[in-house]
Amino acid sequence: MKFKLLAKIAAILTFISIFSTSAFAGEVEVLHWWTSGGEAKSVAVLKNLLEKEGHLWKDMAVAGGAGENAMTVLKTRAMAGNPPTAAQVKGPAIQEWAREGLLANLDGVAKKEHWDKLVPSVVADIMKYKGHYVAVPVNVHKINWMWCNPSIFVKAGARIPTTWAEFETAARKIKAAGFLPVAFGGQAWQEATVFESIVVGQAGPQFYRKALVETDPKALNSPEMVKALKTFKMIKKYTDKNAPGRDWNMATSMVIKGEAAMQFMGDWAKGEFTAAGKNPGSDYVAVPVPESAGTYLFNVDSFIMFKVKDKSAKTAQDAMARLILGKKFQEVFNVNKGSIPVRTGVPKASFDDIALRSMDEFTAAAATGTLLPSMAHGMAVFPAVQGAIYDVVTKFYNSDMTAQAAAAELVTAVAAAK
Amino acid sequence: MPDMSLQTSGNFRNQISFLSDRLLPKLVLAPTFVSTIVFVYSFILWTAWISFTKSRMLPRYGFEGLVQYIKLFTNDRWWVASRNLFVFGSLFIIICMILGLILAIFLDQKIRIEGTLRTIFLYPMALSFIVTGTVWKWILNPSLGIERLMHDMGFLSFHFDWLVNSDMAIYTVVIAGVWQSTGFVMALFLAGLRGIDDSIIKAARIDGASLPRIYVKIIIPSLRPVFFSTLMILSHIAIKSFDLVVALTGGGPGYSSDVPATFMYAFAFTRGRLGLGAASSMIMFGAVLAIIIPYLYSELRSRGNE
Repeated sequence: MKFKLLAKIAAILTFISIFSTSAFAGEVEVLHWWTSGGEAKSVAVLKNLLEKEGHLWKDMAVAGGAGENAMTVLKTRAMAGNPPTAAQVKGPAIQEWAREGLLANLDGVAKKEHWDKLVPSVVADIMKYKGHYVAVPVNVHKINWMWCNPSIFVKAGARIPTTWAEFETAARKIKAAGFLPVAFGGQAWQEATVFESIVVGQAGPQFYRKALVETDPKALNSPEMVKALKTFKMIKKYTDKNAPGRDWNMATSMVIKGEAAMQFMGDWAKGEFTAAGKNPGSDYVAVPVPESAGTYLFNVDSFIMFKVKDKSAKTAQDAMARLILGKKFQEVFNVNKGSIPVRTGVPKASFDDIALRSMDEFTAAAATGTLLPSMAHGMAVFPAVQGAIYDVVTKFYNSDMTAQAAAAELVTAVAAAK
Repeated sequence: MPDMSLQTSGNFRNQISFLSDRLLPKLVLAPTFVSTIVFVYSFILWTAWISFTKSRMLPRYGFEGLVQYIKLFTNDRWWVASRNLFVFGSLFIIICMILGLILAIFLDQKIRIEGTLRTIFLYPMALSFIVTGTVWKWILNPSLGIERLMHDMGFLSFHFDWLVNSDMAIYTVVIAGVWQSTGFVMALFLAGLRGIDDSIIKAARIDGASLPRIYVKIIIPSLRPVFFSTLMILSHIAIKSFDLVVALTGGGPGYSSDVPATFMYAFAFTRGRLGLGAASSMIMFGAVLAIIIPYLYSELRSRGNE
């Protein structure tokens, strides 16, 4: 009797446990900081796709501080030996996590889905640790855009510049016409964004790679760097004195409202124009930062995948990796976020002109070797080195330091951060 | 000592009272004590250890000597932050004390609406530094605040751009900090003033001393303990200052208004240089100790003399 009862209970318990975990469904816990309206919507797409395949999505959104808060949570969880399944980590920071031996090997999915063919090798290399995929790229942002208000150019009788010499002529005319030439946000990351766009345009992709990706001391302290720094400082003449501390979207709204003529900012600025009901081409124009046409500084968001214990979790993790690079998610997510797909073969119908142009440039730049990781957005160097470069650039821009001294200090600061 | 009766019930009562007298306070304090040991002191030790390692993104525990301290002291940004702390700390403390004392003396003149005025002056204390910082950011912003107001009123030559001026930004932090904390200092001094025996002042009056003379020679010197505790409180507010700087200037322009606390946060958490961050917090800890230890020493000695 007793035995029968026990057996019954056991059977029920087994049934419940099977039912609740379900035969192949696993759970993915995803740490990210896409919490604002459009971003949250984009993440929900991935969640739905995963749930359709029978997996569970445990959301772990940590808002604030451009991901700093999320990173602190992630470090704590990792140190406690309980990392999530996937976390939003990008750039060389992926290598730092992989070096800790915490990341899962995604080569299985990558091979089955032919990631090597879909994703440009410059991007794929960032996702790999010692030749193995440990992260999945999500989207591509282009950094070196210049956003212009054409009506101001018309009123000032100036042309939208394609070189820095033309920029100075145009800026002078705009200033004389009573407008602000450049809407500038004086925060370290924005200053670095403008600076790197100048370096890649003026000194060329090869120099950029040497200086800001490989941080070769000879390139950091070179005549080219001094020249780029001087150009960077020249822009300051055409900004207003209230720029320090200004958020990027405030600067964008100055262009939208017709107070300022130009802003140097990545493609996320487009969202502000769209939200304000402006049309590309007539109300605003997006062109490459002067002299940087043909080069493409990219910022690629990605998810790193941690090692998981049981098989169902691994299945779910692989499914997530596959879905992130799947056509469906790439299309919906990137249309929402204003970025472009990181892989080829995504239907183009729902993207706008600027995105389509960006896609063409992305493919072209990948083929010619002018597709380069952005230093300012943590794609090119380790966070410590990035911070050191930030410090020098922002100090140079905000003080009367000479360009020569700044170039020399780049070398020492970078060396100290390594 | 409870009375030592031989009766068993008395014994029992003794045990109870022994328990409640001796054990209960310890029992009640134990959780706080343990959590302080763990979360304050052991983490101080942990941070000290990390500052001697090459920890980057995640902690490492291999001893590497003073390498992080050497990096810290050759870092230009650290010196800017330290200099700023010195400028901010000393000005903040001195101005708060002077203004607080003056306000307290004025309020102590038995004026009519003292209660109302006291509340008005004390009110900023009820705000967090984040709110203070944000409000002052708007007030001091040349295109929104005072400068704009003066221009709108027709004073076109008026300039006040400290907030966006690398050389002056740290002084805006002083302004906001003083605005926030002066009322509190005033309250401390007011309490001190109220504690002074009236008869001394009356005696001095009879001797023909003028009121300013009474204040300079008698009242202010007798406020010495208040000065001391005010110094303690303000200096640790200054050393810890983080939120005010973040809200007001964000450490900018550039990193010209960085302070050690924001430096530590940037390096330890944003840039994955835990070791360097730990080294900088140990230096800050040292600065706090340098202020606290002489204070504790003098406090304990004077108590011993009593």
